[in-house]
Amino acid sequence: MADTALRKAPARGIAGNVILYVVVIVGAIAMFFPFLWTIITSITPGASLTLTPSLIPDDPSLDAYRRLFEERPFLRIMLNSLGLAVVTTLVQLFTSSTAAYVFSRLPFRGRGVVFAVYLATMMIPLQVLIVPLFVELKTLGLIDTYLGALLPTFASAFGIFLLRQAVNQVPRELDEAATLDGAGHFRIFWNVILPNIRPALATLTVFAFMGSWNSFLWPLVVLRSPELQTLPVALAGLQGQYTTQWDIVMAGSVVSVLPMLALYVFAQKYVIQGVANSGLK
Amino acid sequence: MSLGSVRAGRFAPPARDLTANRPRRSRLRYALVVLAFLLPSAIPLTAFVLIPMVSAAWVSLTKWNLLAPPVFVGFDNYAKLLADPKTADIFLHTVYYIVGYLPIVYFGGLALALALNTKLKGRALFRGVYFLPVVTSWIVVALVWRWLLNPSSGIVNVALGWFGIDGPGWWADPAWAMPSIIIASAWKDLGFVMVILLAGLQAIDPELLDAARVDGAGWWRRLFSVVLPLLSPSTFFVIVISLINGFQVFDQVYAMTGGGPGGATQVVVQQIYDLTFRYGAAGEASALSWMLFAVVLGVTVVQIVGQRKWVTYG
Repeated sequence: MADTALRKAPARGIAGNVILYVVVIVGAIAMFFPFLWTIITSITPGASLTLTPSLIPDDPSLDAYRRLFEERPFLRIMLNSLGLAVVTTLVQLFTSSTAAYVFSRLPFRGRGVVFAVYLATMMIPLQVLIVPLFVELKTLGLIDTYLGALLPTFASAFGIFLLRQAVNQVPRELDEAATLDGAGHFRIFWNVILPNIRPALATLTVFAFMGSWNSFLWPLVVLRSPELQTLPVALAGLQGQYTTQWDIVMAGSVVSVLPMLALYVFAQKYVIQGVANSGLK
Repeated sequence: MSLGSVRAGRFAPPARDLTANRPRRSRLRYALVVLAFLLPSAIPLTAFVLIPMVSAAWVSLTKWNLLAPPVFVGFDNYAKLLADPKTADIFLHTVYYIVGYLPIVYFGGLALALALNTKLKGRALFRGVYFLPVVTSWIVVALVWRWLLNPSSGIVNVALGWFGIDGPGWWADPAWAMPSIIIASAWKDLGFVMVILLAGLQAIDPELLDAARVDGAGWWRRLFSVVLPLLSPSTFFVIVISLINGFQVFDQVYAMTGGGPGGATQVVVQQIYDLTFRYGAAGEASALSWMLFAVVLGVTVVQIVGQRKWVTYG
């Protein structure tokens, strides 16, 4: 199938393959170990972080997960995070792909400067924008609303840059062929460009969703009501509440990672499918 | 270097200027098309990033503790920062982080993307596992790494002890605190680089590789003559983004060392955070942000101008 760039290496024999497997597996264990530790801590009642934990808990229990959902509005918190992440992702896919089309296919005088200004929005730390942003949204009366949390995430220079690199790789002959068939820019964008940048769109879906799902500082500042709280803010709140109950913190971490991982695995399939289905590569 | 010196032609692959020599009505139509595609992103970026940036520029000219009204002081904050030897230190710490982090994460991510782009059995599982750290929050990652690198009871030093090596003090030792942060950051971001480069590899036309193979090109030859040139837009993206993010490194520092021990890992954004939320010096924090901005902008412009030498678009 069309999904490999460097396979079938004749120079690499069986020995090379064995080495490859060993390296990849050892690396995977190193990557997985901390997560394994998170899971183990979450099922160890009264877990402590000061002692070296044993890999097999004496008295494993799912109690932390039960308490996570029973003692707190954790389901509501997850739905808040999910809703914000879905809206952010959909809007960013739209605003990033349209902007990428301009920066790749619609030249005009001063476009380079506009692109530089777009990139420049990534170069100032969020920590310094928080206060002015808060003042601005307060003026708009959007503090403590979902809309207030969402608006600043609607366009992302990261996403625009990512998709622009992808659109630049789509052969211009495809546009020209479509133009000869009488297609305008909107048709070319929809029927030629978007189907050809599916791997990049799938990648952006993962990163836009993750950016929203894990964002901490802005939701902390803008969403005041407990019923509007998001996951990372709630997780941070679990630490230091009474003495930190690490089993509950880690249970919350596990619960927060799983939806992201599911989305990633789903999107990865799409990356491969996207190329195979386009029929153009 | 000013933004004005970067012309459209340097940013984009060569394209004919479609606006030239056209009747006025069709030029107007073209302008409307451009606006229709550009405004969905331009409006939110202007309203929620550029305007707050301008506000922050104004704040940098004031003395402000976030409570009393700001007092205009001109360029005092900048002068104070430039005169303070600590400013050079925090920029040096930041550069130290980038110089250690970027090569590990780029070459590691590239090797991983190449390995997982082959017909390896279980590669879908591997791709998932390597991406796990990316989706885990820094709060958890920092906890885990502080524990792994604990000078006395951490697994790393215990394992080094088996070989008779007396492990360093890691995050507790000023000389080893930054390497500790670099290791944890590279570990977390490897999957990010892998995903971007994998998407780039997937977009490479297999026929080109088959052609190279028919011509007798071996694995390394195909890597350097076909794959890496075609991957250069993705590589360019990874390096630009990693440098922009690297200069703004904060979460891992905040969570692992808080800038310590003894200020050894005090980076620029950690200092901005401390100035704003601990010392009530919002004016100085904004001035420092704009100094950081100038540095990052300069570095990015150099890369964009330099990309013509090595980035090839399809």
